[in-house]
Amino acid sequence: MAETNWTTDQPIVSIKEVHKSFGALEVLKGVSLDVMKGEVICIIGPSGSGKSTLIRCINALNDIQSGSIKVEGLEVHDAHLDKLALRKKVGMVFQQYNLFPHKTALENVMMAPVLVLKEDKAEVEKRARALIAKVRLEGKEDSYPGELSGGQQQRVAIARSLAMQPDVMLFDEVTAALDPETVKEVLITIKDLAAEGMTCILVTHEMGFAREIADHIYFTDRGVIVEHGPPATFFKKAKDPRTQEFLSQIL
Amino acid sequence: MLETVQAFFRDLAETHPKWNFIFFYDPSQWDRVVTGLWVTIQLSVVCVILSVIIGLVGAWLQGSPIRPLRYLVAGYIQFFRNTPPLIQLLFFYFALGQFTPTYSPDGWLEVPWISNVGWAIISLSFFAGAFNVEIFRSGIEAVPDSTKEASEALGMSRLQTYIYVVMPLAFRVSLPALNNNLVNLVKTTTQAIAIAVPELLYQMVSIYNDYSTAQNAAMTVLFIVYIGLVGILVLGMNRWERSMRIPGYGA
Ligand SMILES: Nc1ncnc2c1ncn2[C@@H]1O[C@H](COP(=O)(O)OP(=O)(O)OP(=O)(O)O)[C@@H](O)[C@H]1O
Ligand SMILES: [Mg+2]
Repeated sequence: MAETNWTTDQPIVSIKEVHKSFGALEVLKGVSLDVMKGEVICIIGPSGSGKSTLIRCINALNDIQSGSIKVEGLEVHDAHLDKLALRKKVGMVFQQYNLFPHKTALENVMMAPVLVLKEDKAEVEKRARALIAKVRLEGKEDSYPGELSGGQQQRVAIARSLAMQPDVMLFDEVTAALDPETVKEVLITIKDLAAEGMTCILVTHEMGFAREIADHIYFTDRGVIVEHGPPATFFKKAKDPRTQEFLSQIL
Repeated sequence: MLETVQAFFRDLAETHPKWNFIFFYDPSQWDRVVTGLWVTIQLSVVCVILSVIIGLVGAWLQGSPIRPLRYLVAGYIQFFRNTPPLIQLLFFYFALGQFTPTYSPDGWLEVPWISNVGWAIISLSFFAGAFNVEIFRSGIEAVPDSTKEASEALGMSRLQTYIYVVMPLAFRVSLPALNNNLVNLVKTTTQAIAIAVPELLYQMVSIYNDYSTAQNAAMTVLFIVYIGLVGILVLGMNRWERSMRIPGYGA
């Protein structure tokens, strides 16, 4: 496994001057941001501004054209990257949950640790049950995704990611597909995680939630970070007109 | 009981000479039918299994990043799908059969390593396998990229994703089409008569060549046996399909 000499006083995720294009379309135009261990950062911005693309680049679901992304010192877009080492460090939760429909909630959570980490099944099951309890889904262990509500599925997806014991969690608009009542239960789960010190990078449209939970907020527009800052200053004293316009529409 | 049945058909043959069910009262003809049926069943089962394996492997290779491999599979499919299975059988047995190495069990006789039954198995399995590749591929294409991505993000390899996520889902989608193709395969095994594989049709034709009065009877029995064989296959497939149904998923 790739050893790095990363220490906790350095950013756990370090993004420098990242450029990313899909064909002729440049989606990220020199994005830089650092995240320290235990920090929660929120990325907000209009649709199509490259939020999902950025977050997907962090765990190598997308490649990049230039720049660098490091996770715990691991160069994500190095051709010789040990992808498995990266995936063990980074967990990701998607807007559409993307659970495995042919597996029960418990099996969904257990699958990767058993197959990928080759951990003992009994051990994994204990951890999986604890995680399902943690996301407040006791009793749903044997339900299939098709038998769960959107909010419940999303919490299984969070538990599934956590079962790999990642150091960083990526959330891409994880409440966007949910109806308003169920949004809250998912947000509570994420808040619990953040409170425990999990490093979280969230793309979200939930401004109230971002303000409450984030240590730092980044606003992206057309592939660049226009403005960023801690929530208190960001929401009150946004300077850039693009940020102001976005906030005025959404708040 | 047996006596009465034999007596009945012997009488029938006398009163209605066009309906000589000779195999129902002549034990040596009965043996030919049973041997033929057994060969047909074995041939069908072996070809069904092999063709499904060929389908799975072929579909896996079609998704390979290695281009020549994909072309090879595409060429294989074109060849076996677009030419008559009867010609394939003849080609395998008579053309390729010339080149099979032989061995000599008694120092006298030269026996080829691959018998006519062996060629029938190879030829029919590849014939049905070509369709199975296509069937599985369309099933695989029905699995959303996002589901595969979730698996990738959890650190699963391409093979693990294929075995534990893609195939179980694709299989369910593919079953109805697979069902049809396997039914076709079982019926196509009769063409092995062309290379003298002693399956049911071969035996039946031999019987009515020996006893021309048995022709109508032999045809009747052939129809009934194939309705029964295919019926059993369809029943099994349907039961399998039901047992794999996922609660809350699909129709
Ligand atoms: N796989 C792809 N191929 C081509 N273009 C893509 C691809 N993925 C994203 N894009 C384009 O990149 C741009 C940024 O997309 P992205 O999904 O990152 O936006 P976003 O900020 O997450 O938007 P939203 O808030 O709607 O989710 C869009 O113009 C999109 O059309
Ligand atoms: Mg997005």
